[in-house]
Amino acid sequence: MPEYESHDFDVIIIGAGGAGLRAAIEARSRGLRTALVCKSLLGKAHTVMAEGGVAAALRNVYDEDSWQVHFRDTMRGGKMLNNWRMAQLHAQESPDRVRELEDWGALFDRTKDGLILQRDFGGHRYARLAHIGDRTGLELIRTLQQKAVADGIEVFMELKVLRLLTDADGTVSGLVGYWRPSGEFVVFKAKAVVMATGGVGKSWTYTSNSWESTGDGHAMALWAGADLIDMECVQFHPTGMVWPLSVRGILVTEGVRGDGGVLRNSEGKRFMFDYIPPMFAAETADSEDEGDKWYDDHSAGRRPPELLPRDEVARSINSEVKAGRGSPHGGVFLDIATRRSAEDIRRRLPSMYHQFKELAGVDITAEAMEVGPTCHYIMGGVRVEADTAATTVDGLFAAGEVAGGMHGANRLGGNSLSDLLVFGRRAGIGASDFATDRSGPVTLDEGQISAAIDAAVAPFERQDGENPYDIQHDLQSTMQRLVGIIRTGSELDEAVGKLDELEERATRVSLSGGRKYNPGWNLTTDLPSMLSVSRCTTLGAINRKESRGGHTRDDFPKPVAEMGSVNFVQRIRDGGSDGVGGTPSIRTISATPEPIPVMPDDLKELFEEAT
Amino acid sequence: MAEENVTSESHGEITMRLWRGDETGGEFTDYVMPSVEGEVVLDVIHRVQATKAPDLACRWNCKAGKCGSCSAEINGRPSLMCMTRMDTLPPGETVTVAPMRTFPILRDLVTDVSYNYEVAKRIPAFNPREKTADEVEAGGYRMQQIDVERSQEFRKCIECFLCQDVCHVMRDHEENKTAYAGPRFFIRSAELEMHPLDVNDRRELLQQEQGLSKCNITKCCTEVCPEHIKITDNAIIPLKERVVDAKYDPVAWLGRKILNRTKRTPSEATADSPAAGPAAVQPEVEVHGVPLPDGVGGVPVPVTVMATQATVADHTPSD
Repeated sequence: MPEYESHDFDVIIIGAGGAGLRAAIEARSRGLRTALVCKSLLGKAHTVMAEGGVAAALRNVYDEDSWQVHFRDTMRGGKMLNNWRMAQLHAQESPDRVRELEDWGALFDRTKDGLILQRDFGGHRYARLAHIGDRTGLELIRTLQQKAVADGIEVFMELKVLRLLTDADGTVSGLVGYWRPSGEFVVFKAKAVVMATGGVGKSWTYTSNSWESTGDGHAMALWAGADLIDMECVQFHPTGMVWPLSVRGILVTEGVRGDGGVLRNSEGKRFMFDYIPPMFAAETADSEDEGDKWYDDHSAGRRPPELLPRDEVARSINSEVKAGRGSPHGGVFLDIATRRSAEDIRRRLPSMYHQFKELAGVDITAEAMEVGPTCHYIMGGVRVEADTAATTVDGLFAAGEVAGGMHGANRLGGNSLSDLLVFGRRAGIGASDFATDRSGPVTLDEGQISAAIDAAVAPFERQDGENPYDIQHDLQSTMQRLVGIIRTGSELDEAVGKLDELEERATRVSLSGGRKYNPGWNLTTDLPSMLSVSRCTTLGAINRKESRGGHTRDDFPKPVAEMGSVNFVQRIRDGGSDGVGGTPSIRTISATPEPIPVMPDDLKELFEEAT
Repeated sequence: MAEENVTSESHGEITMRLWRGDETGGEFTDYVMPSVEGEVVLDVIHRVQATKAPDLACRWNCKAGKCGSCSAEINGRPSLMCMTRMDTLPPGETVTVAPMRTFPILRDLVTDVSYNYEVAKRIPAFNPREKTADEVEAGGYRMQQIDVERSQEFRKCIECFLCQDVCHVMRDHEENKTAYAGPRFFIRSAELEMHPLDVNDRRELLQQEQGLSKCNITKCCTEVCPEHIKITDNAIIPLKERVVDAKYDPVAWLGRKILNRTKRTPSEATADSPAAGPAAVQPEVEVHGVPLPDGVGGVPVPVTVMATQATVADHTPSD
């Protein structure tokens, strides 16, 4: 029997980004014994990377705004694949969640009247994003972190969770993991668990995501029997840096294009004019001259095609590169240097200017940036009940990027931070209520614990096996090449075979150097999650034979009406332990179409009014 | 010194001298890597992990200068590995990366920074005033941009703890950690002191428990801050002035006792700005790196990077 440290709580939250912190604060405020477990140090979660703001119809800038308009914008942005109830709750509750941050010490930028300032963003009809310069995510996480510390919430930092533990009837009873600094194992007993583990971007080569985004929560929920939905809906932001290596994947804000930046191919041509889809032709400029006039006076011309929706721009960049007109490092050129004065660029895009100057040695006032699509966000995730954030596994709740449904097929900028707050709180309530009502003893299955620990240490007993970094690299190349921004049936089928091979290789990893703060081991224990979520995305993409939002099929380039009313639900039933690290094999994951919840008539009317 | 895969120095190669070991000891190990255009130190560390030392411990998250995880001492200078471009370091010379010296080593380049999280727990929480009737109706507090900007500067902090690492009060005097909060938490206190809504008076705490007076304003913290926060000028010096006022001004002391006044008025706060205060003139401290001695084993080289004005004097700038 392996040795481990034991803890016992009412509610345990896995992940300490915005959603996890907000859930923990809520559970603690209800008097429950609450613990927060996170893979990194407290305050380092991916939420700090958010820049633009948090979307909420506060009506501080435009009195015409309302939750109804925000709801409508969100659903349209998601190509109507969203869970309508989540989108409704999100739009209704986000203003209170933002104001509450201020009560906890956040300092947003102000309007002239002294209220929270809001800015414009893509897809939002009115200026709606509360912000602090371009570091809104940092402010949000620091505010919640300081509130959590003040409330006395117990935090277990740098603790990697391996598996959820379940009762005989399948109800969540706890989790098993290890301290990264010491490598020692830990078992938590819990009446309820909230997944708030963020995204999956680290399975692609070019990503704006940090090392932590390996889909642990998606995978652990799946292994415990939970449903995942919309896993094929991955947002590729069109402009991530591709060169130099030091900034590969780092986001280049859409503001560069909003302020006049244009995309050029290796021939210097503004190629976006060749890619205006019929659907947007009426509102898009058809000459450089007309587009250029729009920047100064929106009535003097139509919008330049560089400001088409993200999926259109990303697809066009991809086509140029495939046609051999890309930049030297496989992207295209984003040029603002020849378009605006150096002074203007530094004034309007100060953080971009400094980011490139310091990180890349690139002076964006003098030279073009090389950019290409970068994996940014997964709309899909664990299927939840909108009001309670309950998953399909009893005792398990999910909030934030790990949960699916809220954003449908495509997320609007600014809706992520508000999602964290609204559903982090709701998950905290849902988990607290479940824990309070739970009767009978919570029992831990020693067999599950031993199996997880034995599988985790197994690579140290092997010799001359696979290097986990090689497997990660090959997984990233596979997903980038075959399940990237543009997908096609034959490539997706090829990806399935490659993932099978990678799973097999991952069972043969060998390690040395002990368990104490060993990144090679940490990566090895992340590989099962990365493989599972990659398989889910691939299966979803195979099944969704249409193009919608973040999911684009070359062989099915248009949306298909019938597909707009189904989620592809991914689950494992009795998956066994033949996969990596004793997890169910990715071969046991299935995808089934199921109807999305039908919107009530009073909300449907909002869409009729608008058209 | 251990050597691994050392080949003759040729064009297009770099030697990374990385500290390997744990709390029981260790040594610098050289890794010769091909040079790749445009990389930062963290990129090279990642290549060492992927190809030569999978168990090389290194803490990082965002690799974009936003999370403050990858702090280390690069050629003796406390820096973020993700924000230090290889081409800014002397060409052809070995690049030495050591863990932060002020904190206990966990393994290789990773230190135990839990001290900082313990200090954070002891800072009294944000305590806002009541909303006015107008604010309740408007749905939120009213504050002017100019009034929030002072605290906003301090809230840019990414908690990399490089300021804590370089601060001589702790770096050279382990015993001070029991009664010293350090620059990161002085700016946290300053942020709350200057917050337009917070009503707590934090001055006695700063003096008695956080050891504000131990800071001898060498500005080393400001020098290493990747967010370019003016820690000394905008936070520590104004705090020292407030503490001195609270301590020695009998009228202020009496006022606080009688009126139970817990926060200064805006006009008093404005008078505290570094531009207005008498203590804005600071001794210039020269910053220089000290080359690492060769053949060091056992513990990391005691790299003294910043000014070596390390005497911990219990005085304030108005002395």
